[in-house]
Amino acid sequence: MTTTSKELEEVRTTPRVSQGRLVGLVSRVRELGLLIALLLIVVIVSVQVPRFLTVSNIEQILLSVAILAIVAVGETLVVLTRNVDLSVGAIVGFTAYVAADLFKQQPGTNLLVAILLGCVLGLVLGAINGLIVTVGRVPAIIVTLGTLYVYRGVDFVVAGGNQVSASDVPDSYLSLATTQIAGIPALILFAAAIALIFAYLLRSTRSGRQLYAIGSNPDAARLVGIRSNLLVFGTFLLSGLLCGFAGVLWGARFATVDATAATGLELQVIAAVVVGGVNIFGGSGTILGAMLGAIVLGTIDDALNLLKLSQFWLQAIDGAAILVAVTLDAFITRWLQRALIARRQR
Amino acid sequence: MKRLRTFLSSWEALLVVLLLLAIVLGSSLSPYFLTGFNVSSLTRDLMEKAIMALSMTLIIIAGEIDLSVASTLGLASVILGATWNAGVPLWLGMIIVLVVGATAGALNGLLVTRLGLPSLVVTLGTLALYRGLAYVVLGDQAVSDFPAAFTTFGFGSVPGTLIPWPFVVFVLLALVFMGVLHWSWIGRQIYAVGNNKEAARFAGIRVARLKLMLFVLSGLLAALAGIIFTARFSSARPDNALGFELDVITIVLLGGVNIFGGRGTLVGVILSLFIIGALRNALGLANVSGDIQNIVVGALLVFSVLGPNVAQYIQAALTRRRLAAGGSTKKV
Repeated sequence: MTTTSKELEEVRTTPRVSQGRLVGLVSRVRELGLLIALLLIVVIVSVQVPRFLTVSNIEQILLSVAILAIVAVGETLVVLTRNVDLSVGAIVGFTAYVAADLFKQQPGTNLLVAILLGCVLGLVLGAINGLIVTVGRVPAIIVTLGTLYVYRGVDFVVAGGNQVSASDVPDSYLSLATTQIAGIPALILFAAAIALIFAYLLRSTRSGRQLYAIGSNPDAARLVGIRSNLLVFGTFLLSGLLCGFAGVLWGARFATVDATAATGLELQVIAAVVVGGVNIFGGSGTILGAMLGAIVLGTIDDALNLLKLSQFWLQAIDGAAILVAVTLDAFITRWLQRALIARRQR
Repeated sequence: MKRLRTFLSSWEALLVVLLLLAIVLGSSLSPYFLTGFNVSSLTRDLMEKAIMALSMTLIIIAGEIDLSVASTLGLASVILGATWNAGVPLWLGMIIVLVVGATAGALNGLLVTRLGLPSLVVTLGTLALYRGLAYVVLGDQAVSDFPAAFTTFGFGSVPGTLIPWPFVVFVLLALVFMGVLHWSWIGRQIYAVGNNKEAARFAGIRVARLKLMLFVLSGLLAALAGIIFTARFSSARPDNALGFELDVITIVLLGGVNIFGGRGTLVGVILSLFIIGALRNALGLANVSGDIQNIVVGALLVFSVLGPNVAQYIQAALTRRRLAAGGSTKKV
């Protein structure tokens, strides 16, 4: 009896191990492919424009990506659970205006107070999204398409056609974006720290793993006792929080803020996340991948600039990048399924 | 009597109430709201959205969505401008634009049906792509020297009346769409696909081909809306109709079309079309800017899906309580 059960166990476990290895391999291949693409772009562009590979230009690319990357971390969490947050651009724009306007009205404001205000505002807006999605059971895309316009509209009401410019805010606020720590711009360090923290949480905590389970199979996740609603609500909360923080940074970096700040950011963020190999159906993808995706898109942006190609191509490239990435993922998934079936039959 | 009661508790009845409320709001905000001239211009302002809402209704009933319609409209508009600038006769330009629109729709449809990708993501990608291409074609330029005969079609009316020409186009299209959706086998197939894709396939419906046709139709109508938009403003710019997808999707969902497919009527959609139109017009008369009007439309979008869910939840809770109290189960 014991031998048979052991044999059964062996039979049952072997495919599972190889399955895990195969899935792991694919996601590694996916990120590797992205790295190769990045290298190709770098080689091609730097042959034509030697300035491309200088430290200052690389720093420039990372700086331009930093805020987007912070927002992409939150978006990754949301997308992993098979949801999406389209309202990120509106939240970033709103908090950027509120933070900058706070400094304009009260120049003596403590920087920490402004950051806290931005984060709380982001949290509240994220909580509204999360509540309607989980309690109201409305598809995330509908909720966040609606709140995208609602938040932006409220931003317009608050701003009332005004603009905050660099001369209106104290230098201490602007320095948030320009300070360097150990020779590296603080913005880049913020983004890297946030990405690392969330990459760790996603990889090594129970809730982090549960996000993958929810995205892979929402019904099964519920059946094994995962509190899906709570976790999905949590991801919208975190997405809002990170957008709020990113908004405060946005105000510091661009200094000139009106109600249209960060319009259309959601498309760039989703492009970065999807290009970075986070499956839009949820369940697979990493923060590292999303960061790579953001860097690839930022590098293309910079390359267009250096090659003096029209900036008008940017949005078209973002759109094409989303399409290519999801198409590629569809092929990989199909290939993976076929490989798994073949292995099971063997 | 029973029919009356079912109507009174239906979504369409709610829409009629909402429309009346919007009209009351409008006439209290401005004495000009209910004048013939204003109603005519309100209708004219709506027609591009109205035309795109027709095909969007069919797509959502079939269980898909098309977020790229406004971008297709923008692309169509700049291509009309670019061809006119290049000396192509206007009629030929319009044919080119319609072909481009149909092609844009076909790309959406092929990615959705051939690769099995979710239409939400595909059309989110093409939303950026088509709008981006519109910028590539014209940059930050605008073409505005269209011939008078063309622009008169956009902002003129049927002689002797206040009926805008685009409204005539819309009514003809709406009649065709109603016939197809509610009285033809194609319409029944669309509902079947939206209700249960697998069952529809087993029943012999060519699901992929049907969906592809719907996306092509959506691109085609978006291009037609682009021509009308260009004529109305006598201007081809890459940012034409930016953000119109919000209104179009809100109109369809508020009209009682189920976001998961399978349910909804064109009557509801046309009612909600005029609710959105009346609201925007009333707010505009009260000097509320478009960006702030979006608060109302965005909230209506969320409400149109949230409302029925909450109603269902309350109904279920009431039923449960009645059962727990040992009451009659007849109504369950």
